[in-house]
Amino acid sequence: MTADLECIDLEKRFGDTTAVDRVSFSVPQGSFFSILGPSGCGKTTIMRMIAGFLDPSDGDILIKGKSVLDVAPNKRPVNMVFQHLALFPMMNIADNIGYGLRRAGMGKAEISRKVDEALDRIGLPGIGARKVDELSGGQKQRVAIARCMVLEPDVLLLDEPLGALDLKLRERMKVELKALQSAFDTTFVYITHDQSEALVMSDNIAVMNEGRFEQVGTARDLYYRPDTAFVAGFVGDSNRWRGRVTKLDGQNLELQSDTGMPLRGAIQGRTLNLGDVADVFVRPEAIKIAHAKDDLSHFDNQLSGKVTSLLFNGAASRVIVATDTGHGEVEVNLPQSGEFADLVKGSDVHIGWGSDHGNCFAAEAS
Amino acid sequence: MRAEAKLGLALLLTPLLMWLSLLIFIPHVDVFLVSLRERVGVGQYQISFANYLTFFQEPLYLWTFLRTAVMSSLATVMTLIIAFPVSYYIAKMIKGRAQSALFLLCLVPFWVSELVRTFGWMILLRETGVISNVLQYLGLVDGPVEMLYNDGAIMIGLVYTSMLFMVVPLVTTLESLPDEVIEAGYDLGGNGISVLREIIVPHAMPGIVSGCIVVFMLSLGNYLTPTMLGGKESLWFTELIYSQFIVRFNWELGAAFGFMLLILSSAIVWGMLKLTGQSLEKTMG
Repeated sequence: MTADLECIDLEKRFGDTTAVDRVSFSVPQGSFFSILGPSGCGKTTIMRMIAGFLDPSDGDILIKGKSVLDVAPNKRPVNMVFQHLALFPMMNIADNIGYGLRRAGMGKAEISRKVDEALDRIGLPGIGARKVDELSGGQKQRVAIARCMVLEPDVLLLDEPLGALDLKLRERMKVELKALQSAFDTTFVYITHDQSEALVMSDNIAVMNEGRFEQVGTARDLYYRPDTAFVAGFVGDSNRWRGRVTKLDGQNLELQSDTGMPLRGAIQGRTLNLGDVADVFVRPEAIKIAHAKDDLSHFDNQLSGKVTSLLFNGAASRVIVATDTGHGEVEVNLPQSGEFADLVKGSDVHIGWGSDHGNCFAAEAS
Repeated sequence: MRAEAKLGLALLLTPLLMWLSLLIFIPHVDVFLVSLRERVGVGQYQISFANYLTFFQEPLYLWTFLRTAVMSSLATVMTLIIAFPVSYYIAKMIKGRAQSALFLLCLVPFWVSELVRTFGWMILLRETGVISNVLQYLGLVDGPVEMLYNDGAIMIGLVYTSMLFMVVPLVTTLESLPDEVIEAGYDLGGNGISVLREIIVPHAMPGIVSGCIVVFMLSLGNYLTPTMLGGKESLWFTELIYSQFIVRFNWELGAAFGFMLLILSSAIVWGMLKLTGQSLEKTMG
């Protein structure tokens, strides 16, 4: 089966800087693919090259197996939902959605039928005669998607379309976008710097940094099995320590952090040698907290300390624990059982985690 | 407190009201009254529409009146056609320093007086002028060419004089159109022409209309350019007003002409607003 969208060794240089550096990926039909990265990593450049607004310096873009490099943006079977949606303020909603169909030379009756159908599909029937600025943020969002979807593109590109919405609406639109994607059964390529948008909606995510793809995989892969230190640090929260490897034992290793804390971690198939400088990433939710030391005896990382801060945030509440040995602070998720509801600043606690939760990477020279 | 606020408001409004009443309202009322006077004897006047009647009965006056209106409209359209690509280039195609520099270049000619600028065109266009000499030097023509003192020369002068007043509102409105919207127009299948027609021009409409109104008014009321660049046949309505007031010393007829010009320009501007579905608040605000 040919993929809907395939990029091969895509490269874009602006003068001396390489914005996109030999990126290859393919997106199967009907899937939701996200490119996640910090601002300035080159993800918008990729999107603009796929849409046809930029010519790649090197490489090829295939849509349904055919190269589209020589195809002008208005002829590509690709449509884009812009960051600020770019609805046409001089037209009403129906004309906005019908714009592409008019350009394709479709008859008036056919257009109005298709527009009504699209409005039904996005759950906003009967708003065709309204003006763009009479709609709410979420409604505009859906109209912008409908405007592209009536053209039945092979690939829909979305350029951080939720960025301008407030938090509550953004949460709802995430679910809605995913639902729209399966309803239209179209390939979505979504770019964002917001990891939760990418994690919630995507079938596959590419994490991008400085023009390169660091890792491509499912949300689960990225979260639990990051390939690189960048992915480990960028996706989700982590405690991060830097140290020197003191002992190697198969997939497990021991290291001494720069502050003198002994840590055990796993290398998950990566190569690290004795004496190398390494970074260890441990997720706050992987660390167990206990009142008694004995409860943690099965963990090979064990620390005792005092609570220095309580960060209450509902289900995502955390505490920061300063180790008694004075080697540093650890961020730990609080279990929701209520067992630790009486925790106050200064309480003595014990924390521990298994070495397989400590992802180790060779430290990049910095 | 309320009394103080009222006094403050009154004081703030006074300069504006004085300006409006002393320089605009009172003179116009006076001109209107003068235009309604008919001289029946030495120092004897009576109220009548005789001056307006003269205007409508004399073909030269009517003809000049129409000519001025048509040529001003034409100059407005030509200014728009030339200024639109220029404005689009300044507003959308370039960024940063180059943008300010180009904008400034549009402004530079306005640092010298209109008289000097018009003399500049005379130097270029006259029989012994630059263009004529270059053409002769290149061997394209046999003898000197006179390009001055005709309607074409007036057109060039009017368009040149008005350019800035079209470019400024156009650049302002075009700059407010996000690049995204233009790109969306292409992305959804539009080509250059349809994007221009359906997205760029509708968005720029307030700027186009306000630029056109200003340019049209300026051309209609221009005296210097038609007088200096136009020939004997190229009469401009403002010249008629001038000759009635200054040469003929017939203030009554001159005032009537002045009022006809006011009515003409108001009527055409109103018609243009109606035609394009714009309102004055929308275009000026």
